[in-house]
Amino acid sequence: MSDRLRFEDPRPGSLLERSDRTARRSAAEARFRAYGLGAVLIGILALAMLLTSVLSSGLGAFRQAYLHVPIYLSEAALDKSGTRDVEDLKKVTTIGYGKVIAAALNNAVARAGIVVDGLTDKEIADLISREAPAQFRNMVLADPDLLGQTVEVPILANGRIDGYLKGRVTMETAALDSNVSPRQLQLADAMIQRGLMSLDFNRAFLIAPDASDQRPEAAGLGVAILGSAYMMLIVLVLALPIGVAASIYLEEFAPKNRLTDLIEVNIANLAAVPSIVFGILGLAIFINFAGLPQSAPMVGGLVLTLMTLPTIIIATRASLKAVPPSIREAALGVGASRMQAVFHHVLPLAAPGILTGAILGLAQALGETAPLLLIGMVAFVREFPDAPPEGLFDPASALPVQIYNWTQRADPAFVERASGAILVLLAFLLVMNAAAILLRRRFERRW
Amino acid sequence: MKDILIPELDVTADSTKISARGVQVYYGETHAIRDIDVDIPDKAVTALIGPSGCGKSTFLRCLNRMNDTITTARVQGDIRIDGEEIHDPRIDPVQLRAKVGMVFQKPNPFPKSIRDNVAYGPKIHGLTRTRAELDEVVEKSLRRAALWDEVKDRLDAPGTGLSGGQQQRLCIARAIATSPQILLMDEPCSALDPIATAQIEELIDELRARFCVVIVTHSMQQAARVSQRTAFFHLGSLVEYGETGDIFTNPADPRTESYITGRIG
Repeated sequence: MSDRLRFEDPRPGSLLERSDRTARRSAAEARFRAYGLGAVLIGILALAMLLTSVLSSGLGAFRQAYLHVPIYLSEAALDKSGTRDVEDLKKVTTIGYGKVIAAALNNAVARAGIVVDGLTDKEIADLISREAPAQFRNMVLADPDLLGQTVEVPILANGRIDGYLKGRVTMETAALDSNVSPRQLQLADAMIQRGLMSLDFNRAFLIAPDASDQRPEAAGLGVAILGSAYMMLIVLVLALPIGVAASIYLEEFAPKNRLTDLIEVNIANLAAVPSIVFGILGLAIFINFAGLPQSAPMVGGLVLTLMTLPTIIIATRASLKAVPPSIREAALGVGASRMQAVFHHVLPLAAPGILTGAILGLAQALGETAPLLLIGMVAFVREFPDAPPEGLFDPASALPVQIYNWTQRADPAFVERASGAILVLLAFLLVMNAAAILLRRRFERRW
Repeated sequence: MKDILIPELDVTADSTKISARGVQVYYGETHAIRDIDVDIPDKAVTALIGPSGCGKSTFLRCLNRMNDTITTARVQGDIRIDGEEIHDPRIDPVQLRAKVGMVFQKPNPFPKSIRDNVAYGPKIHGLTRTRAELDEVVEKSLRRAALWDEVKDRLDAPGTGLSGGQQQRLCIARAIATSPQILLMDEPCSALDPIATAQIEELIDELRARFCVVIVTHSMQQAARVSQRTAFFHLGSLVEYGETGDIFTNPADPRTESYITGRIG
């Protein structure tokens, strides 16, 4: 650039000719746009892959193979005393019920004229889930008048049969599997043809408690959903008021000095503390020191409250800061006290932001697993917790922990269950985020 | 400056409403205003003029202790309203601000209905006992702010939906609804067009019959049009204070003359 123009000289040249410099700038801009678009596309692709994978392996959990066979609840077998006294009825174990159901199934297969070479009565009975006798027993204990009647309720099929109906188990795999034989699968085919077996909506997945390793077909999310709901309740009741009160004090009333600066820095740092650290804190304080029970939603809720507080405080302070100072001045100018200015004018304007922050904090807490493992919520819980407040201290599970739990189990049917549970968790998160967006739209006011 | 209209003087020296002596304001290390001595008369409009950053708004905000809300601000000196020192520890700034209303530079109605905007002050101070009384206060305040006829049919519409000039009159109505004795106005017309400005100026002239009005303005024409007394601030000091006519036709200080003839500012 030896012939550099002097500053005052008018720039020569035609506008129709593109200068090198302009061309380079345009090229740089085009490249940047391409990078951006590429980044977005990679993100969308990753999301699509995640969703496809979870949906393809998880949707099956919402359908379940059921046998449709009438069961005669024989008084002779199930109520030998004939008194229908519940205490007496309890003496008959699930084995007794198992026999009744097995007999009924064998009967039905014979009546339908299904013949499979080499199929034993035991193999026929094994089509039924080991959970089914317990379900019938509970049914009878709840309503002894069912004795002597023929009931037609869907009977839970064995997990392998369920897998066969969903395509997870094939004749080839069954030949190698000690738990299921190709003959049983042929029987299943025949029963489907005759309408004795079908895939139906799996309500139990959402309301039943967890089941043991051997009974994936019976495992449900009921206790986990309830436990998570209890914890969210505790987080909402504790974290929202404490967080909002702390933010209002820090933002509107606290003097600006070293101490409040220190608090501010610490809150920001707390938001970045790994969640498992909160779990150790909860274990040390709430269980070891305060003596609260393990696996209790109360402890989980308290730990998640500690974890959510920084998120809520940061969101609340940001939305309080976003309220224009002219509103505060206007209120103070007509003689409102600072508290009146905050509660009458600033807080309503900040409310959408606060609520959004709180819901996003809750959503984060809902998906949190690590701290719950440390406080014992990873336990196998089949009993539903009682209604609050006592139930808050009963053992319970939580959605993300249940997913973690299921992914640990050997039976491939639990892969489907875990993916299904992920879908349920995602659905809850989606609902919460949608609620946050709706609240924001609904209450957002211009000033 | 021939077009400046000098209002009749009807100020008597003994009706001092606000009396400031040796007022200093610091923002952190900055000495924003120094040694202000001024006596502001009742039932008159006093204009504070001066170039940007001269401290006129700062001084105005001392009069209702709005500077208290700025954490770095420190106010020293003696300010008396009706002979009562406003920094006296027995005085609650909330009560002071009910007595000294304020209208801000940018119209800042609450994002609520027009009625709620005006009714807010009377409500929090418990000035009215019944709904009917409150409605009466709202109507009177809006009438006095020359806004009633424009909004009487839509009192429940949001105050933020009004035009800029209407919003500023709504803010004036809101300020006078608490029945203050003093009205502070911080450049109330700077965000308004000439027509709205004329309306507000007319309104200020009417308000002077009932209130002690102190107005900060950038416009010397406005000061000349609406005020009876004018104080000229420069670099944090009060340079000259006197009757508006004298300040504009016969300034004593060369800096005042430079400013009003447009040489500094």
